[in-house]
Amino acid sequence: MIELRRITFTPPDSSEQVLKDVDLTIEEGELLLVSGPTGSGKSTLLGVLAGLVPRFSGGALEGDLLLDGTSIIRTPPRERAGIIGYVGQDPVAGFVTDTVEEELAYGMEQLGLAPATMRRRVEETLDLLGIADLRQRSLRTLSGGQQQRVAIGSVLTTHPRVVVLDEPTSALDPTAAEDVLATVTRLVHDLGTSVVLAEHRLERVVPFADRIALLVGDGSVAVGDPADILETSPIVPPLVELGRELGWSPLPLTVRDARRRARGVALADRVGHLDMLDTSLDTGGLSARSLTVTRGRTPVLHDVSIDLPAGRVTALMGRNGSGKSTLLWTLQGTQKRLTGSVDVDGQDPATLDPDRRRELVGLLPQTAADLLYLETVAEECDAGGPRTREILDSLVPGIPDDQHPRDLSEGQRLALALSLILSTDPPVVLLDEPTRGLDYAAKHALSEILRDLTRAGKAVLVATHDVEFVAEAADDVVVLADGEVVSAGDVRSVTAESPAFAPQVSKVFGPGWLHVREIIEAVGER
Amino acid sequence: MRTLRRAAVARLPRDLHPVAWWVWAIGMAAYASFTTNPLLLLLLVGVVSVVVAARRGEHPWARSFRLYVGLALFIVATRVLFRVLLGAVPGHVLIDLPEVPLPDWVLGIRLLGPITREALLAGLYDGMRLGAIVICVGAANALANPKRLLRSLPPALYEVGTAVVVAVTVLPQLAESVQRVRAAQRLRAGATGKVKRLRRFLVPVLEDALERSMALAAGMDTRGYGRTAGIPDATRRITSVLMLVSLVGLCVGVYAILDGTTPGWLAATMLVLGVGAAAGGLRLAGRRVTRTVYRPDRWRWPEIVVALSGIAVGAVGWWIAREQVPIAYPGVSTVPGVTLIALAGVLIGLVPAVAAPVPASLVQEEAAA
Repeated sequence: MIELRRITFTPPDSSEQVLKDVDLTIEEGELLLVSGPTGSGKSTLLGVLAGLVPRFSGGALEGDLLLDGTSIIRTPPRERAGIIGYVGQDPVAGFVTDTVEEELAYGMEQLGLAPATMRRRVEETLDLLGIADLRQRSLRTLSGGQQQRVAIGSVLTTHPRVVVLDEPTSALDPTAAEDVLATVTRLVHDLGTSVVLAEHRLERVVPFADRIALLVGDGSVAVGDPADILETSPIVPPLVELGRELGWSPLPLTVRDARRRARGVALADRVGHLDMLDTSLDTGGLSARSLTVTRGRTPVLHDVSIDLPAGRVTALMGRNGSGKSTLLWTLQGTQKRLTGSVDVDGQDPATLDPDRRRELVGLLPQTAADLLYLETVAEECDAGGPRTREILDSLVPGIPDDQHPRDLSEGQRLALALSLILSTDPPVVLLDEPTRGLDYAAKHALSEILRDLTRAGKAVLVATHDVEFVAEAADDVVVLADGEVVSAGDVRSVTAESPAFAPQVSKVFGPGWLHVREIIEAVGER
Repeated sequence: MRTLRRAAVARLPRDLHPVAWWVWAIGMAAYASFTTNPLLLLLLVGVVSVVVAARRGEHPWARSFRLYVGLALFIVATRVLFRVLLGAVPGHVLIDLPEVPLPDWVLGIRLLGPITREALLAGLYDGMRLGAIVICVGAANALANPKRLLRSLPPALYEVGTAVVVAVTVLPQLAESVQRVRAAQRLRAGATGKVKRLRRFLVPVLEDALERSMALAAGMDTRGYGRTAGIPDATRRITSVLMLVSLVGLCVGVYAILDGTTPGWLAATMLVLGVGAAAGGLRLAGRRVTRTVYRPDRWRWPEIVVALSGIAVGAVGWWIAREQVPIAYPGVSTVPGVTLIALAGVLIGLVPAVAAPVPASLVQEEAAA
């Protein structure tokens, strides 16, 4: 149906081709997953389909894009609107109107459809996405998952033949992500719409994909069956990693597949692997008691108590809007609290001025770019204090001095922001959603960094939606819901209790097992 | 009975047509512009505030009213301050400040000097008039959804309207982004000098704003914004010529009216020519836009009542300024008076507080709670 022929793209101010002679055909009614490491050109490929590249990005595009045999490479995005629906990474940034219903109708208004048709399609789409009760709501008051579904709905109303989604679940909690993906599969199954979808967290989408287009990083694309492509892919979900290590063939793509295969796997006694640490030993860290924070008259945090012992990584999980960010800013001291106490080494960060606060608690905000304002990495490091460059090199070695912070990869920019935070050597480090936009390698590097911080005796708190990252990096988990702590404790016990937060490995082998590494060791010992 | 019930249907919770709110607000603003009487102006601000409190929704723009009140207070304060600084109104001296000697060549300007009650009052009256107008505009902004207002524009002006909408949306986002960046920058060490600190805030905020705008533009483009029907080049050229002609005609016409020495027929012809060409051009240009409107706002009797109440207020204001000059423009030496008509005129502005339907968003919040 849609065919990319020898598409080559060179970004502006660069001689390196991001896409090189890419040939790709999108079939009617299939779900094509675009995968690859950070910066390998996934978004660029989707942008080419939607017509945003090179129109909005700059750069040089060669090759041809065919729709049923007719070239549409020169057709501007607005003229493709009825055929190709595109939802960008941040759905909120693309919203044009302010209520759900108007947003759904916007695309149809532009196409000039008859009012009766518009009315009918809006109702159909509301039902299809299960958001009929939200029709009058203001888009800003919706939760992340609802916003994403509205964004998808707003392109569906024009009945496009292909829907292009750029990381639709990256900002969502596990349950909301499942809702969105269920919607997407419904499109493919019921409506026969083709879906092209880019995603970092493969574990979420691989079970739904018909084919995978793998961008390796050198500009070429390998397209094929998920099981074939994942055989050699550099980035794979934990299940596939497990299958590869244990020599399973074909590779398991769903938890159900893997469970069947796992019946034959005998594991050593897992008790020996529980790295039980004595948590009663109180050596510094942060201790907060009965924090209550309100916005207007609505409580955002209600009677929250949390301990961050030194030397441990605590993960903070919970739905979008459950108060994770607010808790971090309250612990850091910037957010005013109604009641409660925060204690770091006998001091309360809220009573200190910003300079002293920095020495006590470091916080990496959600948008790390907010911290950066200078033209080169060297200038940022100079402004950050004498030790910043040293810390940066220990986190991610080899970032050139003269590079602009904007041109760094997600992982490198995160490291730069983190080293600015760590330059004052705070005993407590808080991170707000650091894994967004990171691929498996970068996430692994980040978890090593957190490990090193705890070895240096720091207390670390990470707010995140990524269950696999939690399984790899965290010692303890605190789950927030509606501003209250609903469960807290050792990562094994918490993930065992709530299936929504369980990583793939524990879904296969039962609670207690967290990562592939453990399984491999346990098999090896037998 | 049936007509009554029909009439009641129009008052069920819904958002009033934005144009109706704007007509009402412009009427109120017109009244304010026709008087400097502080009593009437205070009453007018009170009436406007009552209507806003009674009929504004739960949307973000509804909260902007407070901002406009702040701006109005600021205007009053600056007017008074300037009167004090550049005083020189004879009358009852309140505080006898020494005059700052200025060189001879600044003729007619005095700096400081004795502050008189009259100077303060003159500044206050003047500032209150401007402040009241600002508050009226703020009320319209708080009551009418700015985005829906632009749906009522003729299709040819659609692009202009969208540009305005985007600008309106970006402002609150900018404030949000400023707040976020300020908090974030406190988390790190960095430049502390005055200029450099400004840069610390400005660079991330502007980068953020730019990125958001690009994302919005991309979003709008992929959703079909700016699609044009296949209009032949000839029509497009005719449209441009018509628009140019109308612009020239309107400019010359307005100039001819304002300049007393030009003959009257020239002004009339040019104005007619200008308006005619503009109408033709807009119609032609409108054909190029193929968009339709989803659930357009309908104009029903509450809309008419609200708009008429505004027009009535404006008309009374105009009448008072002509017929009851001492009431409209009281002197600063005596206590300002009011008349029944002047008071009643302002109070007509209260009608929308009852006649307009309750905004839909407000009812929803209640139902949810």
